[in-house]
Amino acid sequence: MQELLPDYLAVILAGVLAGTAARIILLRIDYRQYPGYPHGYLSHVSLGFIASALGAVAVPAILKPDYTAVTFLALAAQQFREIRNMERRTLESLERTELVKRGLDYIEGIARTFEARNYLVMGTSFFTSLAAQFGGLPTACVAAAVLLMACSYFMSGEVLGDICDVVPADLSFRGSVLMVDEIGLMNVGLKSMREKILAEGLAVKIKPRDGNARATVHDIGQRMAVAFTAAVIVGTKKDVDTPELTPMARKNPDTGEVGLFILPVEKDMEQLIAAVKLTPVLESARSKPLKAGPVIKEAKRR
Amino acid sequence: MDARQSGAILAVVTLNMDKVGGGAPIFFARDEDEQEKTARHLSKILDAVVHDLENGAYIIVRH
Repeated sequence: MQELLPDYLAVILAGVLAGTAARIILLRIDYRQYPGYPHGYLSHVSLGFIASALGAVAVPAILKPDYTAVTFLALAAQQFREIRNMERRTLESLERTELVKRGLDYIEGIARTFEARNYLVMGTSFFTSLAAQFGGLPTACVAAAVLLMACSYFMSGEVLGDICDVVPADLSFRGSVLMVDEIGLMNVGLKSMREKILAEGLAVKIKPRDGNARATVHDIGQRMAVAFTAAVIVGTKKDVDTPELTPMARKNPDTGEVGLFILPVEKDMEQLIAAVKLTPVLESARSKPLKAGPVIKEAKRR
Repeated sequence: MDARQSGAILAVVTLNMDKVGGGAPIFFARDEDEQEKTARHLSKILDAVVHDLENGAYIIVRH
């Protein structure tokens, strides 16, 4: 078979196939954060194909040796930055008509992820072609499998359930202030609305397991992302003329715990808890104050 | 304050005219039922939230 193919074609093909497969696998993971735009799917697979072709072609280019050819990788980087902009623009324009906002942090996170995934795809195809070049096709298959697993492992990312406990909480009113356990959320004036909220609302409490998690859920963008994910999964009865029913997450300033309130279409507590746990930890929200120990000590000493 | 801005008080519905005044439109209600009803209508018309100040006044606020 290999004799029939022109030089390097098998190498390039192996890389392209592995890269495109990686893009498709990563796109499936995407669905949680980027639900259902078929044309987006197509354009990302196509761009993934281009990225993997670039990665795969780099190997023969180096071996040829045609070193200047590698500079087109810089062009590719430019192209992928454009992907980030494209994602951001799409989501930002959708945001304007979204009843429950994703929040800019979430959008930025998604856009960055889409860019990063193309680099991963390029890396996958590059290393697969490298393996094909020096070890033949069987080695390339093994390399591709390992790289694909690594890709899905690294890009699946942390979710809120990894760093916080999520427990059911009670909704009540103190005067006209809506409370989730001891956390005050908002002032609801209309009696009819209060009754509706008490009858149909659901609430959970997000309990950070340590100081790092507390700093993460302190982030407003992270809390918007939680409310958004919850609204996507259990639905929300909010409409344009009922802004009171907006899903909302507020924290207890003393303990750092966050109370989430939502008026779901489907009143299913387990589903809500699962949705909250599934929310990705946003890159921009992630912080690790506990790990600052040595640096802080050093600064204190000085 | 610009009424399109978030946090703007669009209207006040009160049982007690002595306690309110200022820039926003004020609606006087004779009893709690009327207050509730007026506030509900205003909130639907203005797509805004009704808040209870617990002193006999409801404010309608855009968020």
